[in-house]
Amino acid sequence: MIGDIFEILLTAGFWAATIRIVSPLILGTLGELICERAGVLNLGIEGIMTMGAMAGWMWVFQGGDLWGGIVFAAFIGALFGLFHASFTVYLGLSQHVTGIGITLFASSLSYYVFRMLLPDATTPPKIVPFQPYAIPGLSDIPVIGEALFSQTPLTYLALLSVPAVWYVLERTPLGLAVRMAGENPVAVESQGIDVLAVRTGAVMVGSAFMAIGGAFITMSAFDAFYFGMINGRGWICVALVIFASWRPGKALLGALLFAGLDALQVRAQQLAGAQIPYQFFLMAPYVLSIAAMVVMSRRASYPKALLVPFRRGDRV
Amino acid sequence: MTHKSVSVMPLLSFRGITKRFGPLVANDAISLDLNQGEVLALLGENGAGKTTLMNILFGHYVAEEGEILVDGAPLPPGSTDAAIQAGIGMVHQHFTLAENLTVLENITLGTEPLFAWRRDIKAARTKIADMAAEYGLHADPDKLVGALSVGERQRVEILKALYRDARILILDEPTAVLTPQESDSLFETLKKLTAKGLAVIFISHKLNEILNHTNRVVVLRRGAVAGTVTTSEADRAGLARMMVGEEVNRPKVTSMMPGNAVLRLTHVDCQSDSEAQSLKDVSLEIRAHEIIGLAGVAGNGQRTLANLLSGLATADAGDVEILGAPGVADPTELVRRGVGRIPEDRHATGVVGEMPLWENLISEDRRGAEIARAGFVIDKRRALERSKRLIEEFDIRCEGPEAETRLLSGGNMQKLILARVLSRGPEFILANQPVRGLDEGAIAYVQSRLLQARADGAGVLLISEDLDELFALSDRIAVMYHGRLTPPQDTAGLTVGDVGLLMSGHEAESAHAH
Amino acid sequence: MRIETRQEVALWRVLLAPPLAVLAALVLGAGLIIWAGEPVLASYFALLKGSLGSSFALNETLTRSTPLIFTGLAAAVAFRAKFYNIGAEGQLYCGALAATFFGTGLISLPPVLMVPFLMLVGAMAGGAILIVPVLLKTHMKVDEVVTTLLLNFVILLLAGYLLEGPWKDPMSLGWPQAAPIIDEGIWPPLLAKGRLHLGFIFALVAALLAWALMRFTVWGYEIRAVGLNASAAGFAGIGVNATVIRTALISGGLAGLAGVSEVAGLKGYLTLDLSPGFGYAGIAVAMLAQLHPLGVILSAFFISAVYVGADAMSRSTDIPTYIADVLVGLSVLTILVSVMLTRYRIRWS
Repeated sequence: MIGDIFEILLTAGFWAATIRIVSPLILGTLGELICERAGVLNLGIEGIMTMGAMAGWMWVFQGGDLWGGIVFAAFIGALFGLFHASFTVYLGLSQHVTGIGITLFASSLSYYVFRMLLPDATTPPKIVPFQPYAIPGLSDIPVIGEALFSQTPLTYLALLSVPAVWYVLERTPLGLAVRMAGENPVAVESQGIDVLAVRTGAVMVGSAFMAIGGAFITMSAFDAFYFGMINGRGWICVALVIFASWRPGKALLGALLFAGLDALQVRAQQLAGAQIPYQFFLMAPYVLSIAAMVVMSRRASYPKALLVPFRRGDRV
Repeated sequence: MTHKSVSVMPLLSFRGITKRFGPLVANDAISLDLNQGEVLALLGENGAGKTTLMNILFGHYVAEEGEILVDGAPLPPGSTDAAIQAGIGMVHQHFTLAENLTVLENITLGTEPLFAWRRDIKAARTKIADMAAEYGLHADPDKLVGALSVGERQRVEILKALYRDARILILDEPTAVLTPQESDSLFETLKKLTAKGLAVIFISHKLNEILNHTNRVVVLRRGAVAGTVTTSEADRAGLARMMVGEEVNRPKVTSMMPGNAVLRLTHVDCQSDSEAQSLKDVSLEIRAHEIIGLAGVAGNGQRTLANLLSGLATADAGDVEILGAPGVADPTELVRRGVGRIPEDRHATGVVGEMPLWENLISEDRRGAEIARAGFVIDKRRALERSKRLIEEFDIRCEGPEAETRLLSGGNMQKLILARVLSRGPEFILANQPVRGLDEGAIAYVQSRLLQARADGAGVLLISEDLDELFALSDRIAVMYHGRLTPPQDTAGLTVGDVGLLMSGHEAESAHAH
Repeated sequence: MRIETRQEVALWRVLLAPPLAVLAALVLGAGLIIWAGEPVLASYFALLKGSLGSSFALNETLTRSTPLIFTGLAAAVAFRAKFYNIGAEGQLYCGALAATFFGTGLISLPPVLMVPFLMLVGAMAGGAILIVPVLLKTHMKVDEVVTTLLLNFVILLLAGYLLEGPWKDPMSLGWPQAAPIIDEGIWPPLLAKGRLHLGFIFALVAALLAWALMRFTVWGYEIRAVGLNASAAGFAGIGVNATVIRTALISGGLAGLAGVSEVAGLKGYLTLDLSPGFGYAGIAVAMLAQLHPLGVILSAFFISAVYVGADAMSRSTDIPTYIADVLVGLSVLTILVSVMLTRYRIRWS
């Protein structure tokens, strides 16, 4: 059994699958991370990913091109981010309840819209999704080439967004303002920067990332939209942010570890399918997410102003 | 930078600023001028409107009436950015720093266009080094703010203002968190700054500082200007009268024979939470009929001691004996034993603001036989009866026992806590900053109640940052520094100077040397 | 824009908040109905008729409101202590699993004992599954929202395994379903016609008990104090962790009862589609009730009417049934704003 697992770890297929699984996770995790670094917990993630999955797919199904679908998904995601921010940032309402409300609303709206536009679909209709693009030269490297450099353009985008988000947060004035908004909003305000605008912007951009993460599932990993397809991935991303201690680099590591175990689980299932029921393999990601949160909870230095609304000039 | 010797036009002037919060007039037609190179003191009690005025200047609030001129040009209201552009820098009472970010990040926030491609870290480093050299304000730009001492953090705040080329520096109660020695170094800095032509507004209610380190004093009382004087012509008594208005009779202390010990700490070590200073080898005895004053700069272990005596923590080493039994981490048990606890922050830990008065009045004995039938069902009728009685007895101004507690004024909220605590006739009282933020009338009331409790036989530990209060009420005073406690000494034999030295660790260090 | 605290909270505002929130959700939902090309008022009238218009419809609405009262109470009690239990869906299945384990022949008691016994084990199972998230919250500061949500998926998979494996009823013709609850454990119907069963009465009693608990007892006092200001509660001597744990057990227990009710009261056996999201809808129920246990009865009735009515409406129009979920999601958001406006006012400047 152990030997079998080692054998799996050496196949390029396993690594290619890992990279495929990691893409939506890393996009969702980065999105949540951006929101939380600005001080806003976005539990709308599950619904926003569903919305992104539906919107991007529908754009293509209605005749649009693939990249247009991604832009459209991002736009819709940002719109829901604006919705979230108007409640949590401007009105200072409970981030927990608002997020859950957004998730309930956005997921059911996705299904409603899908049914409206495709009332008679019994088997999910399909689109032509993003195709793998082998990067010349690099893709010829054994194992790594197939795993890393023969993916769809959306995967490259997901992977490149990790250093991009890191750079913006750590190296630009805007990123500094976002981080400060999550640590001490009064400090931001007293330097003449509008905290509410910074937080709202961060939630919108973060939500756009989430929506692209959802769109990856219907436009790159699969080719159809069906019900319940996000299946808790959004919640896993929230756990991954904690696991990553709110750092983009660690988020990639955590997501890779996670995706690797998921890819391994699928393959191990074929090996051990007879002895262990498949449901237990499917449980693994959720149980792992909880375990990841527990492991990191002691060391986590969370943004100090996370969950704390900021109100200007409010007395009492 | 060239010096203008005398400028006709004031650098900054307030013209008839009025600001209301609901029925409360926080600023009432305030007019005042600030000239280049001077330190202007803004003196007033808590709630006199000092901080509100500065928040209007800095764009946090918008005044209903009046205008602010900088160099004769009106300052757009409600815009922090405009205030910064006009050369105004503010050091808030509660620092506006992010602990998880570095000194450099805290200083440079907002100094570059938000959508620039990168932060110019190298230039910032150079500029901070230059400023450090020019004003003697040293700070390691790469250190996390969380790792700095309070004095160092204040330096970062000042650097933040200077980094943005402030010409007017506002310091809101800057010495409240400093030791006398750190304060002296702050005043040195201010001297250097005014020599370079900056103007400083120094907000305080400490008369000594104002008399020694400012050029002019504007006194605020109940939101209005009560008077303006040149510091060299001012005297303590005159300023105090201007600040307080009519003379308030502070209670008088009569000497009393101490009784049995109510609290005994022997070589106690305690670490209640990771963020507060831990206690080291603390010994203290408090007897009935006496008030022990605890002096010290905030953050030297007072919170840990308060937690220990409130039943929120236990000692790691040493003996704690409260009213004849060992200390426990169980507030209910301590209250039952006869401990009365007045918490430091009445809003955060004293009351549940959204519960009605009557529920807050029963919070400590909600399971007691008088209130809870069978220890489980709350007898609201009895709770209401008790509340009505206490509201009357303690003169809590409110709409009745069913009113929400958050609507009470600070003084009335403190009276509610006093009612909860004192109505049980406690034998040991922990009073942690009992008059902080109250007006004169409420202060006098709270203090007379504490003295009454002492007369009735309670032993009191009074924790305060206000030395005047400690000297007025305490039989003996002990000083806390870095988690250690000096033995209490008779108040009669002490001077404010002695206590100030102890607060800065003077005695403690010389004791180490032996 | 500025947000100001109101000096007093007027009762009429508190009472008006839920109807206004519902109205706002219906107005927003009208956009989707227009999009579907249907007349708004007629469609909503069809929804109303489908949920309340006949004794059959009313019976069905009350039947559906039964689990919603339980899950709504579960959320209402927990949210009072600011313990965000989003796992009622999983706890519901735990209750159903426990009722199935004990109620399909393992133990047989006379009905007077069997019915309470199944309720007890169901409630205990629902509470037990919350022990992990609540201890993680109190002792390791792990956010309970994410852990309770993730556990929903785990429990559903566990139920799937049991129903496809060891617990599968050999008489089920291949469907993943468990053996039926024995007759002694079945909750009798309340009326000669329709599916309404004894569980509805149990749900009303549970709401009454929860209300009494929150309003008159020391536990209720402590739960409210911890939720409103944990550090003041701790200072007053209330064990904050103990209170949160106690609240979680009560909340999980109530959600577990929803599962028992569906298995022993409605279906008679456990299937994987036992709950079409009652656990999540319970959050909307609790929010609309402003976390008031008696209000939960009304708002559960309303949400149930939306679901039952939407089914009927979509049969007669081109509006997808998902309109019900959309309206429920929207009302969680609108109630947040309308409750906020009872305590604050917004000034535009």
